[in-house]
Amino acid sequence: MTVSRPLVGWLYISPLMLVLIPFFVLPILVVLVASVFETDGFGGLIPTFTLANYRNVLTSALTFNLYYETVKFTVLTWFFTLILGFFIAYFLVFHVRNPLLAIGLFLICTVPFWTSNIIRMISWIPLLGKEGLINSALLRIGLIHEPLTFLLYSSFAVVVAYVHQLTIFMIVPIFNSMARIDKRVVEAAVDAGASRFDIMRLIVVPLSKSGIALGSIFVASIVMGDFFVTKVMSGGSSASVVGAFYEDISVLQYPSAAASAVVLTVILLAMVSLILRTVDIRKEITQ
Amino acid sequence: MSAAQQAAALAPARAKQRAISPSRGGRPWTFYLLATLFTFYVVALYGPMICIYILSFQDVRGGLVFPMKGLSLHWFVDLFTQVRTGDVKGAFDRSIKLAILVTIITVVVSFMAAMAFRRRFPGDNVVFSLMIGSLVAPGLVLGIGVGLLFNALGIDTSWYGSALGAQLSWTLPFGVLVMFAVMSRFNPAWEEAARDLGATPWQIIRLVIIPVLAPGLVAVALFGFTLSYDEFARTLQTAGPQNTLPLEIWSMTLNVTSPSLYALGTVTTIISFIIIGTALGAIVLMQKRRGARVGGH
Repeated sequence: MTVSRPLVGWLYISPLMLVLIPFFVLPILVVLVASVFETDGFGGLIPTFTLANYRNVLTSALTFNLYYETVKFTVLTWFFTLILGFFIAYFLVFHVRNPLLAIGLFLICTVPFWTSNIIRMISWIPLLGKEGLINSALLRIGLIHEPLTFLLYSSFAVVVAYVHQLTIFMIVPIFNSMARIDKRVVEAAVDAGASRFDIMRLIVVPLSKSGIALGSIFVASIVMGDFFVTKVMSGGSSASVVGAFYEDISVLQYPSAAASAVVLTVILLAMVSLILRTVDIRKEITQ
Repeated sequence: MSAAQQAAALAPARAKQRAISPSRGGRPWTFYLLATLFTFYVVALYGPMICIYILSFQDVRGGLVFPMKGLSLHWFVDLFTQVRTGDVKGAFDRSIKLAILVTIITVVVSFMAAMAFRRRFPGDNVVFSLMIGSLVAPGLVLGIGVGLLFNALGIDTSWYGSALGAQLSWTLPFGVLVMFAVMSRFNPAWEEAARDLGATPWQIIRLVIIPVLAPGLVAVALFGFTLSYDEFARTLQTAGPQNTLPLEIWSMTLNVTSPSLYALGTVTTIISFIIIGTALGAIVLMQKRRGARVGGH
């Protein structure tokens, strides 16, 4: 071959870089720069260097509340998607005997992922609403005498919508790492007298760790970076970090929105790299 | 051997069978528990969606909740003819064109990137980190960045320019990750055999690698199309004056309180299902053909 190996690698990777540099690296830098600029109040930016935007973001009690709300939703969603995702993957890998059936059931779980998230979210409205299916069913059987109002436009509805959308991000990576567990390891453990609980605790959970980590990254980064579900499903009663800077943008306050975005991105990156320290994802995915 | 001894000898074997998803014999109690959980999950996954598809077929008296009021296509007609619901037809048109563009670029670029990652090259870890960063960065932050960048450069934002790029920064890392999973099952021996038979590098790619990886490439295309077709956060600040479909749906969730919102949900889901069906069908067909060819020899 006349071309050297690194050159071939770079040639193959160059189209990807041609997208990532102008549409990921530069935009992030622009946001970083805008966060130290001042606004002229009409959507224009005045080039300067000020940390006032950061001071405002970091010292306001509002910011603290926003992060409290967002972290609350992130932790709740993470917890429920993890429990559901783990046991569904466990069921498909260790309990369904027919491999073709297991793949079929797996596909049933994944199909909604390829449809619109927004539509899936609003589809809870006819169920959870004041006159929705759940309330009218409970009223009819006499369990309640007044419609439950916490079902829709509440924190409950936000968590339901997130879990509905994001459990798939847990199922797929956990399924993937569980499917790779060598069944002979499990057999050996049984021969050595391990109980089923021991097998779960000492074999299945540790060997699914990379899948759990990957799923957690997806779920946490999506919930923290989202504002849509919180806005619609809480009926405006809960705010989110991203929702707040979306409001800033709509009144053309770019610098303060940018400062808030930088803070969020730093928190997100810290979280992701913390999770990444526990597993080598690249090795997990490529091997 | 007495019956008791026999039973004692069989007990561990039976315990083992229970522990590792037995292919015969009784199911452990956890099977029933987890099967119930799974059923519950699938019902909760599809139930609400099915509700809004049913509700979209009400007549003019229809509301946002059950019970059904009549049966008609009123809200579908309403969706495409009323001014109040915005330019739904145009949004459909743009979203599908954009998704096709994104799909083509995603397949080609992800394939090339995955080829690069088969061997180590200087800077590969940096590229990998950038990719993961692009995947987890909050969509709206990136959208704002792209919007400000285009603004600073004096280029107008548009769905076929800035929004296309912003969507690619999300579909490409996804596509490359899927390609990694696909490539890990590729046996390098086939490639070496082709080289030994005198194939040029281009012939190896065209005649060996691409045909072998074809089902995986269809899967990447499926991801590219659907991720773009439903993309919202990155498109919001970058689409310019003309809306894509998810942006149209978003403005409808804030303004429209009639079943035409559900009708839009039904229509866009039908399109999604056609795409998913076509892609999965193509993959199954390829695998079947391959199986038949191997069986025939």
